[in-house]
Order: sequence, then C-alpha cells, then structure tokens
Amino acid sequence: MNAAPASTSSSLAATGALRHFDRRTGVHAAVAVGLLAVVLFLLPHIAGADWITTFTSVAIYSVVALGFGILYGRVGLISLGQVALLTIGCWVGTRIAYATSLPFPLVLLLAGAITCAIGVVVGLPALRLSGLYLALITLMFAGATTVVLSVTDFPNGGGGFKGRSVTGALTTETPPVRRPSWATGDVAYYRYTIVVCAILFLLALVHVLGKPGRAWASIRESEPAALAGGVNITLYKLWAFALASFITGVAGCLLAAQVGVPRAITFQTQDSLTLAATALIGGIFSIWGAIIAGVFNQLLPFLFQAQWGVNPNFLLVIFGAGLLQVLLTAPGGLVDQFPKDVANLARLLFRSARRLGRPS
Amino acid sequence: MIEVQGLTVRFAGITPIDDVSVVFPGGTCGLIGPNGAGKTTFFNVLSGFVKPAAGTITAFGENLLKMADFRRARWGLRRTFQTEMAIEKLSIFDNVAMIHEHSGAKRSTRREDVLGALEFVGLNAPPHAKVGTLGARERRLVEVARAVVGRPRVVLLDEPAAGLPDEETSHLSKVIQRIPESIGALVILVDHDMSLVQECCQTTAVVDFGKLVASGPTAEVLRNEHVIRAYLGTEETL
Repeated sequence: MNAAPASTSSSLAATGALRHFDRRTGVHAAVAVGLLAVVLFLLPHIAGADWITTFTSVAIYSVVALGFGILYGRVGLISLGQVALLTIGCWVGTRIAYATSLPFPLVLLLAGAITCAIGVVVGLPALRLSGLYLALITLMFAGATTVVLSVTDFPNGGGGFKGRSVTGALTTETPPVRRPSWATGDVAYYRYTIVVCAILFLLALVHVLGKPGRAWASIRESEPAALAGGVNITLYKLWAFALASFITGVAGCLLAAQVGVPRAITFQTQDSLTLAATALIGGIFSIWGAIIAGVFNQLLPFLFQAQWGVNPNFLLVIFGAGLLQVLLTAPGGLVDQFPKDVANLARLLFRSARRLGRPS
Repeated sequence: MIEVQGLTVRFAGITPIDDVSVVFPGGTCGLIGPNGAGKTTFFNVLSGFVKPAAGTITAFGENLLKMADFRRARWGLRRTFQTEMAIEKLSIFDNVAMIHEHSGAKRSTRREDVLGALEFVGLNAPPHAKVGTLGARERRLVEVARAVVGRPRVVLLDEPAAGLPDEETSHLSKVIQRIPESIGALVILVDHDMSLVQECCQTTAVVDFGKLVASGPTAEVLRNEHVIRAYLGTEETL
C-alpha cells in the first residue's frame, strides 16, 4: 500500500511489540514440550496399567474435544455429533485393520480421511443452519449413528462390507484390532497415542494460528463482516468440519486399537452431550481447554469408579453444575478461569501475610 | 469512478432504493440522507449482501454486480459497518492481516503492509493487543485500518464517526481525507455529521426515501433547497 511513510522509531516500536507474539508462543511451546516429556517418559514409570489405559483414553478424547472446540469455539458452529464421528472413525479403522494389512499409520490416515468426508456431508446443513437448529441436526445424526451401530455392530474380522462374523461375535476368539507392530504393549501404545494426538493438536494449532483461524474468528464475529473482508464462508465452514472430522476419525481409529474389540454399547448418543459439557468446562476458546476436557471426560469416571468406588453417574451432576458455572461466570472455561483464580488467591494470601507481619 | 444506473431494490413491498442513478467521480464522496433513506442498503448492494431488482453498477469499468460477494474484497472493495465489526478475540495485527490475506496482496509484504496501515490510521496501541481490550476510538481506527490495507480501490465508510467525541472525529477526518491520495482508493462516506462530510468530501449525493435528491460539489449540495427540506422538513410537515 502507499501509506504515508512510517517513521523509523514507530516502525521499530511496532516490530518490537510484535516480538511479544514470539515470547508468548515460546512460553506455550516450552510448556507443551515439558508436558509431553512428562506424559511420555515420567508417567509410564510411576503409573500402573489401569492408569496408562485411562491416560490413553484421555489423550484420545482430548482430540475429540478439540474437534468440538474448533467448531464451536472458533467458528461458532454447535456440533453435537462429535462422538458419532469418533464412532465412525473407530468403525472404519476397525474394518480397515481387519480387512487389510496396511501399515497402522496408513490405517489411521484412511480412517481420518473417510470420517472427514462423512463429517463434511454432515456439515453441509451448517451452511444454512446455525445455533440450536444445527445442534439438533447433529444430535439427530449422533442418534442415527447409535441406531445403525446397534443393528450392524462393529466388524470383528468377518467378510463383507460389515466385516462381521456372527460365529465369532463377542467371544474370546474375536481377535483384537491390531496395533503397530512396535507398539503392541499398553505402555508402548500409550506413547504411540500421545505422539499421534500431539501431531493432531499441532495440526489444529497450525490452522487456528494461520489463515483459516483468522477466517473462522471473522465468521464467528459476524458473517456479513467476514464476507465484506473477502472470506469464502462456505469454504471455511466446511474446512472447519473437515478438520474436526479428520482429527476425530483418527482418534476413533486409535480408540479401536486401544480397546481391541470395540463394542456398540460403548458409544451412546448422550456421550456427545457429555463431551460438549466437558469441552465447555475445559474451555472451547483454547487448545489447552481440550486437554482439560479429556481429563474430565475420561480420568474422572476412572477415579470415581475404579479408585473411589463411587457411582460414575454422579459425574453427570458435577458436569451439569460445572457447565452452569462456566456459562454464568467463566465463558472461557477452566483454562481461562483457573489461572485468574490462582492469581487472586495468591494476591489475597500476600495481602493477608503483609497485614499479619505489620506491627500493631 | 463508480457509475450507478437505474438502481432499484425492493423488499416485499418496500422500495428502499428507487431508480437511483448517480456517479461517484473519485476522491472522497459523501452519501447523506435522513435515517431510512437507503444509504446502508446502497452499501449492502455494493457489498453483494442485497441483490437489486434492477439497475447496474460499474466500478472502474467493471460490472460489480456480477462478482460473487466474497470476491469483491479481492477486487478491492472494502467497507466498515455502523456497528463495530472488528474481531474481539483476535489481536489488532491479526484483524488487519485477515483482510490482507483475503485481498490477494502478496504474502511477503503482509507484515509491512499491516503495520503501515496501523500507522496510517494513527493507532498507537501495541499490535499484539486483543481488540476486545481496546476503547471505542481505537476499535474504530482498527476498522479503518482493515479497510485501507492491501491496495483497496473503493472504501465504503458507514458512519465511522458515530459516537466519537469531536476531538477524535477530527483525527478520523484527517485520516479519511488522506485515503484517496495515500492509498489511491475512492471513498464513499456515509455520516450524519455534516461538518465531517464538508471537511472530507469533494462531492456529495443526497438520498431521501430511496430517491436521489441532489448530487454534485458538496458545498452546492448542502445549500440545495431540496436537501435542506429533506433534512429539516418543511413548515407543512412540521
């Protein structure tokens, strides 16, 4: 542009201010690398087998929550069909793993790509609908998936499109879905899952921080303003659905190999609502919020049931209360609110300590 | 130059723009009229949000109405809205960069162009600051920076000074006056602040009830008897 020539000092000031980006990004990257190191190298040494299985599920469901967060937090599209897409990814991954001898990473990619295509088709109504109507349509999709699944069940190595052998159904003879040859054990597969999920988070981050992320934010703020800014709304909405579906499909395939023999009863329509609640509690505007959502979704039920012997249904009450609190007081979720609460508490303690230390 | 010929817009029995023919020759052009006169509807037609029932709009020799709405920004059409539309969750830099990357401008010059646009509007806030943390004046300047980044050909400003105190309107006025010369874009300014219109606009068109009342050099138009009647009413209507 032919803007008025910038003065050197102000240009330098602006450039210096932009470096703030790099510092913040650096801090986030350092925290992410540190967290990754802990979960990859420390946790397997201190946690038992049950815990490792649970942490694997936490990682997988974090990716599902991330997909929900991209759609709702970034673009403003309420999709309650994310667990249905996880189921589809799980079904497709299971079918491909039994039917072919393709390398496991390729199975993951294929499951992600097929789920992505289905997710884009599901996302087509989003071009016309929004808010409650889109939520209802996607919830109906989740319900339909549950019905279809209860009729067809998961493949178990049989022939045909469904890959289902009735004689081998739900018996100990049903072979588990294969894992990568060098990650057949639970700990190795846990590490494999963490690495794949980290890559999926990175993929989402690249999108959010780049051109699609800015276009999504613009659409969320105002569609007319986005159009006036040159954003192709159809393309970017479908792009969001494609990305969310792809990562959820890959997560579904990871889940198939984790559980070995997926069962239809594992995937219920209401899981989509629970996932939406935990994602909102964790924080839908932040990538970190998805990790908190995964913890809430998978670790808390494990703690309640296996560790404390409490009925996990009690969690629904906790999630309900948490959701209410988030909607009323902390729209950014725990990831946004918790640091503020800690800072407030620290300030309070500091003031109290100073008051006590002051001579009367 | 923008030439509008026989433009008519109808919404279920209402005709907010009725057979308007007007020319915006270049520089900064005013478009004024009472509330409900059809000014924003005209901007919505230019932006592609509203399809006219009849008429043509030729901008720099190209038929604007044939372009898809989102492609008009790439062609060089920019606009601001009456209500603030800068994206609260993005930083100032990203708000402006978002427009730049959809404008077809070179990626290699993005940083330089965005910082240049921010400097052009005289925004002193740090570029990494989230727009949600800014005051009304700064947010308005971010919107203007979004409108001037990446070589626009036409800039539509819809009541940019609404709600701003006089001092800030004066700064905005200087920024608007510099757009044609420094950026090279034709500006159409809609505002109810007549002193702002007089300061910025070489020519002005006046609409009332969807019809063109007058157009021409701003000073002449503002003295026009029909324009005064449209704005202030007559003894009969009072």
